[in-house]
This record gives sequence, structure tokens and C-alpha cells, in this order.
Amino acid sequence: MKLDLITSLYVFMLAAFIGFEVIRRVSPLLHTPLMSLTNALDAIAVVGAIILAGEHKSQLAAILGTIAIVAATSNIVGGFLITDRMLRMFKSSGPKRP
Amino acid sequence: MPTDTLIEITYLVATVLFILSLKWLSSPTTARHGVWAGEIGMALAIVGTLLYRGIVDYKLVAIGLVLGCIIGVPLGKVQMTAVPQRTALSHAFGALCVTLVGTSEFYLRAPNIPPFMMAVLSMEVILGSLTFTGSLMAAGKLQEILPQRPITYKGQNFVNLGMLALAVAVAAILVIHPEQIKLFPAMILIPLIFGVMLVIPIGGADMPTVISLLNSYAGLSAAAMGFVLNSKLLIIAGALDGSSGFILSVIMSKAMNRSFTNVLFGGFGQIQAAAAGVQEQRPVKSATAEEAAAILGAANKVVIVPGYGMAVAQAQHKVRELFDALTKRGVDVTFGIHPVAGRMPGHMNVLLAEADIPYDKLLDMDAVNGDMAQTDVALVIGANDVTNPAARTDASSPIFGMPILDVDKARTVMVIKRSMAAGFAGIDNPLYYLDHTLMLFGDAKNFVGNIVRELSGSDSHH
Repeated sequence: MKLDLITSLYVFMLAAFIGFEVIRRVSPLLHTPLMSLTNALDAIAVVGAIILAGEHKSQLAAILGTIAIVAATSNIVGGFLITDRMLRMFKSSGPKRP
Repeated sequence: MPTDTLIEITYLVATVLFILSLKWLSSPTTARHGVWAGEIGMALAIVGTLLYRGIVDYKLVAIGLVLGCIIGVPLGKVQMTAVPQRTALSHAFGALCVTLVGTSEFYLRAPNIPPFMMAVLSMEVILGSLTFTGSLMAAGKLQEILPQRPITYKGQNFVNLGMLALAVAVAAILVIHPEQIKLFPAMILIPLIFGVMLVIPIGGADMPTVISLLNSYAGLSAAAMGFVLNSKLLIIAGALDGSSGFILSVIMSKAMNRSFTNVLFGGFGQIQAAAAGVQEQRPVKSATAEEAAAILGAANKVVIVPGYGMAVAQAQHKVRELFDALTKRGVDVTFGIHPVAGRMPGHMNVLLAEADIPYDKLLDMDAVNGDMAQTDVALVIGANDVTNPAARTDASSPIFGMPILDVDKARTVMVIKRSMAAGFAGIDNPLYYLDHTLMLFGDAKNFVGNIVRELSGSDSHH
């Protein structure tokens, strides 16, 4: 148990570093899509909610887990949809618009 | 292959795809691949999770997923002008999910929770619940359901910090005595109130910073959830989201010349208090659409500086027409975008991209300022404080030190504005009284439309 937590801390630290380095390079042009995309990715929390609702260990856990699935799934679906819509709008000059 | 290993492999692949997703977002040319990578990673992780043997109740899971899609699709199709409030709402949903899972985990495991586990679980629910109500408040203000005016009172920071300290104290007791199950609801309730109090003093122009900060909190709470569930995938996704929100918060606070601690402790909306509204009546020069069109049409280089006023007036499509009309005449038109222009990071870029303005014409502050002295006309549309030269010259100004777009260095400045009312910070803008500044009084959309009409009218005479 204790070892797991230490490993988790390593993982967190390394992921935070990767996050800083990768996100620092994102153009200010795309800061809005960045926020909606990271929000969609963050909704991976849905896996925890699925297990909670699916295991049905208690009535409370099942109900809260289901609501959590709804919240996270709407972030996944809405987040990816709107990010893609926004990114499709970013066009370079050069050939004239169709 | 055992199912558990298979699940772990889907998570591992999802992790790689998530990181690639953010990497590809660095440039508009590869950004859409980033979305696809994210989608594939997400789908893999969800399918992997559904294989988990412990799941006995697929009905609830299915109901949750279907309902989530039903809510998510319309949220993905909102108008571009509504993106800030949609983003705030999605932070609220993410935080809700994390808080609910944390709450369930507590009641399933209590009282046998080791101290470290209880500490991260506390962090998960405290950050989650304050982000939930804070983001709902932000969304309400942005949607104009709630009053946008900042509400401040004496001792506000004291009350807020006190509440946060109380929540942490409850968490500390629970870490030492996890059997005190009755205390748990307090650890959710106090941060829920704290989230409301945190956003109450925040006005519109501070929204980009607040949304970034809430984004960071949402990410951190998800990472804490990953610790509780021992899910590396969740820790990584949370850390990525958290660092993204953190970087954006730092950029926003720098762009407003606030220290990061100032932001962290919710020292928002203090500018208004400092600015006493003493306004002298000084003469300004104003111009008509016809005069403005003549000057713009004769220019070689024009920089347009958009602000939230452009979004409010829905003027971006008219601005595109102006861009087209000027470009057709051979005028070099670029856009100068301040990091905090609008209501969230990158807000102006999205609105202008939606209006079909090529992204290589959307420049950031430094790129535009370098060329400002060679610029014939700087046209300010619905921006105020981010163009105020007092930030550079007047040490007594509340916004002194804030990086601004140096539009006053252009040969001619034009400002489209409804009236002489002060901006968000309540500070008079000396820009308007300069000799080479022309005030164009009127609604941004109509005024730009009139300029376009004048330009095309004079074209047809040729």
C-alpha cells in the first residue's frame, strides 16, 4: 500500500513535468481549445465512476457513481465535440476560402 | 492474457495518446489530430474499464453513459460566444464527478482509512466541491444569470481564508480519526460555500484568470482521485489538466500584472477599490465612419485590437468584412490580441477564427508591439484597459505595470466606443485624449458595418 503511494507520487511528478513542457509550447492562439481539450481528457475520471456504479457495493455508491458517470460523460462528449468544432475554424490564409 | 493485464494495457495506450493529444495541440496544423488521439485514448480506456470483472451492474453504467451523451452533445454545440460559460460549466461537471466518487469511496472504506489515503481523499473532495460551486458561479456570471458586478465587503479575504482553514482543520481531524464519520459532510459543505464566496468578488475582466484557476483545481482534484483509486491513468490526466490550468493562470496573472499569490488567494477585483472615479472633462476628437474609412483605406498597415466589447456587440463578422475590404485594397491588416482580452484565455482568437479570419493574422501582444511604430492605424474595437498607456507611464495608476498593447505608438489611433464611460477597472484612459486619437462613437457592429459600406462605396466610384 505504502509503496503504491510513493509510485503514484513519482507518476504525478513526472506527468506534471511533461504537462508543463508540452503545454508551454501550445500557441496562445489555441488556449481556448486547450482548455476544452484538457477538460475532456480530465473526464477520464469516468473510469472510476464506472467501477463505482458497476460494482454496486452500496446503494449510495451506485447512485453517486451513476451521477458521476453522467457528469463525466457529458464532459467527454461535449469537450471533444466543441474542441474539434473550434479547431476546424482555424484556417490559414493562402488559398481563398471555398 | 488475463483481463486485468489487458485493462492496464488499454490504460497505458490511453496515457500515451493523451500526451500526444496535447503535444499535437501546439500548432493549428496538427491540432485536430490531437482531438482524435484524445478520443481514441478515451474510448480505449472506457472499453477497457467495462471489461473489469468487478462490474456486476451494467444497467446503471449504461444509463449513466447514455444520459451523459444526451447532455454532452448540446454542450458541444453551443455558440462560440457562449464558450466561456460552457467551459466553466464543464469544470463544474468534472469537479462534481470527482467529489461524488470521493464521497462514495469514503463511505465505502471508513473507518479503515490510512492517514495518507485520507489526506488525498480530503484534498479530492475539498478541491472538488469548491471547484463545483465556484465554477457554477462563474458560469452563472458569464451567462448573465447572476449579477456580473463584483460583490466585495470588508474582511472578505479574512472570511474566505477562515473558511478554507476550517475545511482543512476538519480534514486534519479526519486524517487522525477517520472513524469520525459524522464530520465528513462538513468537509464537503464548507468548501461548497467557499467556492461561492471565492467567485462573488470577481468581475468580468478577471474571468480569464478565474477560469484558468478553476481549471487547475479541477485537474488537481482528479489527480487526487487517481491517488485514492490507485489509477495511474487518472493521476496523469489530472496532472496534465492541472498543469495546463496552472500555466494559463500564470500567463493570465502576468498579463494583468498580478502576482500569483494574489491570484491564489482570490485577490481579484481589488483594482476597482483602488480607482477613485475622478474624471476630468477633457476634449476628444471624434470622427465619422466616412472619415475613418478614408484614413483606413489610405493606410499601408493596420492593426485591429479587439476586446470583449467586440464579442458583446457580436461585431466579429462585420470585422471580417472590414478585414476583407481592406485586404482587397492591399492594406496589411493584422490583429493584436492581448492575453486577457475577452472572458477566457484565447477567447478572441476563437471568435475571429469563427468569423473566418486566417489565424496567421492573429498576433500576440509582443509581435504587434514590435511593429507598432510602423503601423499607420491602430483600430481598437471594444477594448479599453489593455490599451491604456497609463499602465506604462503613470506609476500612480492602479494598472501601472500591466503589459499593454502600445496602440498609442501607431500614427493614428481609432477607438470604437459607445461612450466615454470608463472600462472595467474604472480608470480613465489617457489614450482617448491624444492628438492622434480619433474616437468613433457608436455600436461596434454598426460602426464597423458603416466603415465597410463607405469603403465599398468609394470602390465603386473608381
